[in-house]
Amino acid sequence: MLEARSLSKSFGTVTAVRGVSFIARDGQITGLLGANGAGKSTTLRMLYTVLKPDAGDALIDGRSVLEDPTHARRSLGVLTHGAGIYNHLTARENITYFGELHGLSRADREARAAELIEQLEMQPFADRLAKGFSQGQKLKTALARALVHRPKNLLLDEPTNGLDVMAVRGLRKILGQLREAGHCVLFSSHVMQEVEQLCDEVVVIAGGQVVAAGALADIRTRAGNLQLEDAFVSLTDENGGDAT
Amino acid sequence: MSLRGIWAVFRKEFRENLRDRRTLLSALVFGPLMGPILVAALMQFNISHAETQYDENLNLSVTHAERAPNLLAYLTARGIDVEKVEFDEAQARAAVAKQTHKIILEIPEDFGARLQDGQPAPVILYSDSSRPFEQRGVARVRALISNYGIEIAQLRFLARGIDPISVLPISVQQIDVSTPSGRSVLLLNMMTYLVLLSMLFGGLYLAIDATAGERERGSLEMLLTAPVPREHLIYGKIAATAAYMFISLILTVTMFSVAISFVGLEKLGFAANLGPRAALTMMACCTPLVLFGAAYLSIVSGFAKSYREAQTYLGLVITIPTLPLMFAGLLGLQAKTSLMFVPFLSQHLLLTTVVRAEQIQPLHIGISVGSTLIYGCVLTWVAGRLYRREGLLG
Repeated sequence: MLEARSLSKSFGTVTAVRGVSFIARDGQITGLLGANGAGKSTTLRMLYTVLKPDAGDALIDGRSVLEDPTHARRSLGVLTHGAGIYNHLTARENITYFGELHGLSRADREARAAELIEQLEMQPFADRLAKGFSQGQKLKTALARALVHRPKNLLLDEPTNGLDVMAVRGLRKILGQLREAGHCVLFSSHVMQEVEQLCDEVVVIAGGQVVAAGALADIRTRAGNLQLEDAFVSLTDENGGDAT
Repeated sequence: MSLRGIWAVFRKEFRENLRDRRTLLSALVFGPLMGPILVAALMQFNISHAETQYDENLNLSVTHAERAPNLLAYLTARGIDVEKVEFDEAQARAAVAKQTHKIILEIPEDFGARLQDGQPAPVILYSDSSRPFEQRGVARVRALISNYGIEIAQLRFLARGIDPISVLPISVQQIDVSTPSGRSVLLLNMMTYLVLLSMLFGGLYLAIDATAGERERGSLEMLLTAPVPREHLIYGKIAATAAYMFISLILTVTMFSVAISFVGLEKLGFAANLGPRAALTMMACCTPLVLFGAAYLSIVSGFAKSYREAQTYLGLVITIPTLPLMFAGLLGLQAKTSLMFVPFLSQHLLLTTVVRAEQIQPLHIGISVGSTLIYGCVLTWVAGRLYRREGLLG
């Protein structure tokens, strides 16, 4: 479970995130919805400990990221924005490298890599150098790398960017499996359809603040609209400057 | 604290770059091959040129040779091949400038008459002093002509009943100790410069790829989410860069040792100075520098936003540590204790000492190794601090 508590972050004079709070529960997929520059990536970066919040805190399974960043890193699987993989390593080596960084023994990380290659259907390209990989193959490799240490929680920053329909479907299926297995999945997106098709809960961010949060149906009702896209536009327009 | 992260990063960077042709070429091929071959070829040329210069007759073009038959006979008898030409002053200048004739002697019209009257009789010698290989010949011709003049003077004194010895109060005997081997030392100095530069180049691409390249690819942020202290990530990368520099160093020194053994230095008394023992000493003296070099390059390329930007920076900064070597060459610096605190310069001076087969002082080695290692550790620590900054992601 992930919990953001009044997270704030500024870069120089620009305030990227101001007082963002929300909860992402286990066994659910939570979508962080917002336009470009709304503060999605900065919020996620504070959750996965790459940035330190100026104010507020985040709890990963009940433990503060400020007090115990190592615990946070161990219990989070992260797919960063445009997650790059190593071109001169094979898909399998990309996975085992992160297994090693997470402290898995050689036998353990190799077994885990084989398991993920099977699970994500990566067998055809698992032992090829990543140099010529398609976007879909790169995403699967990066995802497997994020899951190598069996994290309870998964954070994905705009995972569907640049993917074709088939790859998006594949990702949706994998995220669905992870939800069934009781994982907490939080992903950011600016694409309504995706959020609509995948998410149980949605957190809408605009101007560095949460303007709406809750189950999809609630958000639609609250905005007085049926379509999420219209709800999103009216919510961000109305509440762009105010805290919720 | 667990060093697992450092080891994991080191192994991955080392292996990944083994598959990168650019890194491999610069670390294992260009540096270790180019330098030794260049120096060996230059030495071979220098030695064979020096050998021939003294043995061969010298070509001298003489315009209006008919005006000084005795002088020409004197020169011809002393190893000068005289070629008769008909040039005026402008033609002579042009011929030397174009190098169709290298040295031209002009005999003025009144040469014979002035000589007969006991007046100073000038001759004119045209040459191009910007061509160092001609200088030896010019000096030889000048010396012969003035000797000829002295002989004439002595005959004149004799004719007047004066002992010619009394008008030569001082006689200079010049002994030139410059030997082909001595001149080769200059080239061997160049060799130590190439060894150090080749060592730095060995780790250049890995340093760029592991810092600026990793950031550009977007894999750096993923790496930072791993439960490994951030400074350990850069320590691993510096270690891998240092390993490549070390390999490059070993190969370059070995290749120098092999290439120079082909030049035929044994006849110049050099064989012992670049044998296996000297090569090992050179490697040992330079090894502490790999940590310094790796941390230095990693810090600089860590500031770059992209691979290209890092390449531009490093192309410039890679020459900075070798600047003291230039001064050492210009000022003719010798190994002394205070200079052993200067990285790169101390290694250069130690290497030069080894090549000259002179005794190295243990104190010098101790200070050079110790201070260079300390600087390397400080730079590595600085790199670690830089990796803890939030601004690292750019």
